[in-house]
Amino acid sequence: MAKLLAVTIILIAIGSAIPIWGHYWEAPADVSTHGHLIDSQMSDTMVESGICFLVSQIVLAVFIWKYANRGREHAIGRIPGGALGLVLLAFLVVGSEVIALGVLGTRAWAEVYFNPPGPNAMPVQVQAGQFAFYFRYPGPDGVFGPIHPDMISEATEYFFGLDTTHDAAAKDDIVTAEMDIPVNREIHLLMHSKDLGHSFFVPAMRIQQDFVPGLDLSLHFTGAKIGRYEIVCTQLCGLGHYNMKAYLSVLSQDDFDKWLKQEAALQ
Amino acid sequence: MPVDVNEIEKSVSTPRLGGSGHDRPPRMNANDGRLRALQDGSPPPGSTAIWVGIAAITMTFAALTSALVVRQGSGMDWQRLALPNILFLNTLVLLVSSVTLELFRRDFLPATGNGVTSHANGLWLYATLALGLVFVGGQYVAWKQLQGEGVYLASNPSSSFFYLLTAAHALHVLGGLGGLLYIVTKLQRTTLRKSTLDVATKYWHFMDVLWVYLLVLLWAKL
Amino acid sequence: MHNMPADPTLHHAPPQGFIRKYVFSLDHKVIGKQYYGLGLLAVFTGMVLSWIMRIHLGWTNAPVPGVGFFTPVGAPGGVITPELYLQIMTMHATLMVFFVLTVAPFAAYGNFFLPIQVGAEDMPFPHFNMLSFWVTFVAFCVLVSSFFVGDGPTLAGWTAYAPLSAVGSAAGPGQGTGQVLWAAAIGIFCIGQLLGSLNFIPTTLDLRAKGMTFSRMPYTVWAWFITSLMGLTAFAVLMPACVLLILDHVAGTSFFVASNLVINDQLVPHAGGSTLLWQHLFWFFGHPEVYIAIVPGMGIVSHVLSTNLRRPLLSYKVIIGSILTIAFLSYMVYGHHMFVSGMNPASSLAFSFPTLIITIPATIIVLIWLGSIYKSRLRINSASLFALGFISMFISGGISGFFLAQPTIDIMLHATYFVVGHFHLVMAVAAIFGIFAGTYFWYPKMFGRMLDERLGKLHFWLTFVGAYCIFMPFHYLGFAANVRRYQAFVDDYTIHLIPVHRFITVAALVTGAAQFIFFYNIIHSRFWGKPAPDNPWEGTSLEWTIPSPPPFDNFGGKHPIVTHDAYQYGVDAPNGKDYVMQDAPEDIAPRAPAES
Repeated sequence: MAKLLAVTIILIAIGSAIPIWGHYWEAPADVSTHGHLIDSQMSDTMVESGICFLVSQIVLAVFIWKYANRGREHAIGRIPGGALGLVLLAFLVVGSEVIALGVLGTRAWAEVYFNPPGPNAMPVQVQAGQFAFYFRYPGPDGVFGPIHPDMISEATEYFFGLDTTHDAAAKDDIVTAEMDIPVNREIHLLMHSKDLGHSFFVPAMRIQQDFVPGLDLSLHFTGAKIGRYEIVCTQLCGLGHYNMKAYLSVLSQDDFDKWLKQEAALQ
Repeated sequence: MPVDVNEIEKSVSTPRLGGSGHDRPPRMNANDGRLRALQDGSPPPGSTAIWVGIAAITMTFAALTSALVVRQGSGMDWQRLALPNILFLNTLVLLVSSVTLELFRRDFLPATGNGVTSHANGLWLYATLALGLVFVGGQYVAWKQLQGEGVYLASNPSSSFFYLLTAAHALHVLGGLGGLLYIVTKLQRTTLRKSTLDVATKYWHFMDVLWVYLLVLLWAKL
Repeated sequence: MHNMPADPTLHHAPPQGFIRKYVFSLDHKVIGKQYYGLGLLAVFTGMVLSWIMRIHLGWTNAPVPGVGFFTPVGAPGGVITPELYLQIMTMHATLMVFFVLTVAPFAAYGNFFLPIQVGAEDMPFPHFNMLSFWVTFVAFCVLVSSFFVGDGPTLAGWTAYAPLSAVGSAAGPGQGTGQVLWAAAIGIFCIGQLLGSLNFIPTTLDLRAKGMTFSRMPYTVWAWFITSLMGLTAFAVLMPACVLLILDHVAGTSFFVASNLVINDQLVPHAGGSTLLWQHLFWFFGHPEVYIAIVPGMGIVSHVLSTNLRRPLLSYKVIIGSILTIAFLSYMVYGHHMFVSGMNPASSLAFSFPTLIITIPATIIVLIWLGSIYKSRLRINSASLFALGFISMFISGGISGFFLAQPTIDIMLHATYFVVGHFHLVMAVAAIFGIFAGTYFWYPKMFGRMLDERLGKLHFWLTFVGAYCIFMPFHYLGFAANVRRYQAFVDDYTIHLIPVHRFITVAALVTGAAQFIFFYNIIHSRFWGKPAPDNPWEGTSLEWTIPSPPPFDNFGGKHPIVTHDAYQYGVDAPNGKDYVMQDAPEDIAPRAPAES
């Protein structure tokens, strides 16, 4: 039975690795400018973890194979290096991985979170609420009108509660149900929650960030490839959570300008 | 043969933390006639347990403290609360009750051997109980005063924390009063052990310490 | 064992009457069994709930057998509605994390064996101990009652994030009464466990038998002791958090609910609260909680493995030191659940470093286990199989944690099935394997009967292979950015993953069915199992010096004197055996024979 267990462990270990090696199920291809930092961090971790995983499972299997059911005629042995050697091994192997990945990761994290958006970043606001995302562009004046929570009404499609009568800045705001952006233009995404916790995840764009009710956060990113990508909610927000999504379209500058004009006309 | 518990506790080595199996206590002769049950030198379990309880209660109030600090910084709606003056009188009452309990404890003499009380003046104990009740009553008066001014639990985050912290403390004081009642019944049956009294006293003094901390917190933050 | 007359102050009389013996028992052994029974009830319920979830995820529009009968509103025609799915998910997780993973390895086995392994007659405060079980049982009842009220249990997940959990029924079905019942149940549970710590800690510190120094305590004693210290701080923080949540519901306070929120076109009548405050309080508890779930398992595996390797592990001190380090670090890592939560990104980096570092003591423990198998005399039985399985599962689950510890990678893996795969491997599998290893090892002592070995091995094989089939694919789904807590997969980029979900569902149902082998075994053996000897595994610790099952006062009125450490295996004892018991006469202390 020990030998069977050893073989099973090895088969499971190798079998588990096959879908990874074979790239069976992968995230949508990266279409952002910063995503390569995340992807390379991921593949570095994959290699190091993969090696550790396979080696440790194989060692477990080999030891079970070799040392099961040995009688008293076999002396008990101490592994070369003993406990101290293993402690050192752990410190060296894990320690070096921790330092390498931790340090590298800091750079990628800083890129996303510590560097502010550039002066030419295009502001777009996203509002999350049960169970949809709505977007708002500031219009020619470049200023977002204030949100009046008491004027929000899904029923009459006043998603942002804008008072176009009294707030000059709100008059030219453009509210849309999908988010279109021009390619290779940095976007400054302002995130506002209408009701409770949600999250903004665009796998293809390599960004994910929670909305915090009461705290307006922002994110910045740049789309590098024209296409249509899904935005999904990843923080449990109620029964419609699974269906809370929107589309992010990356367009050429001309196509984007056309789209925005069309949307402005619909307001 | 009657045995002096203190003699036994002095004479055997205490266990040491760490070390390998090589460090062994001195050879024990199974039938040397000494009566003992616990690991030598260890305190009665009650005194460990009371510190466990104090640690847990401390963590609870630490969590509430951090909730207060975060909440104060999050909304822009924090309104300072004037603490009812009776709180300071209540504080005095509670501190005096600790003094009376200490007086009782020092007066209390267990007999040797099987923990029967020889004599103790129950007066100080009853005084502690009374003062404890006065304290809780005084807290109730403080709540009533605030309500008279129209300040309730949900009026403002500051009042929410005021009621929450003082009520949580008062609840634990009531628990302490329950413990003191238990002491009273043991005393009347003359079966009160010193270790039991020590545990109850430590808890009661902790109620003081906790209250003073809360008072300072409320005064500073609210 | 040396004979010493018992101390009358700690001695209690044998229980009389059915109620005192089996219901409101003061005996730590009965209380331990009661906890184990509660754990079984909870795991069975939680497992059935998971089957319903898995069937629905694989075949979303198909009716699930039986559910329509129980809740025609939640599952019209048997088809699970989105809200019912989330409610089932929440209850599955809450039952498993609290009433299985905290109760079984810690409260059940700890209560039964901690006093025995330190040589004590019972815990020092039997009334508090009894109270701790019944309070926990009340918490279970309060939790389960939420299935039967109004619009059902809460759907906010076991993590109950605010404001969803704090604004009341406007946010969805189950968010009114259901959420309040959840918070009350968990608050009561915390009190029950704190009462447990009140016994465990003094037992370990003050009731050890003569000669039982700290360095002679079995691994399991250390594990339960460390776990009860963690519980002290963790549960004492979750309990006030639940109180604050209940107040936001019933008293109009705004601890967690910010201003200007609009649900269903109505302004929410709360203001100024902090959304992230709940997350900080919850995870300050939540991270130590997962170590509370795994540390007893590590103790059990170390203990069971030593006995079945017929040698001590390579270094007792290194194992204990590593577990202590993990417990200590567990307080500094909780923010890794909040990397993208909107907290200060610098805090995210700050939390990620201890999270990465905690890998080191965990690796050390695994390496010591592996290194101890080298040139040992490994015995294969159900208990040792599950202990070895734990090692394999803990390696897998631990390594997936390494991905999640890095905030950059977490951007892609947060809230995906990768996280679900990670925590199921370490908790639902590894920790459960620890419980199984303990069961197969200690059942003979607890009940005086041997479990059926062939059934035990069959149970192991099906569960080991089955668990990998269920939970390894979760990681692939996570890499593919499949988001969790969805009742159906309607996004374009995840449609191709549905066959993977169906494979997982089938594996889950088969593995679940295999657990009936275990249930049958433990019930059948209780009455018809082979009578168990005092020391079936040739173990050295004090539980093997007393009869199977033990008398009500454990050591029959005597007090053991401990003269050896707990792992004298692989030695040449004068009586011809390869082990020396902890209470053997002092001069029998051969060191291990010369090593090769």
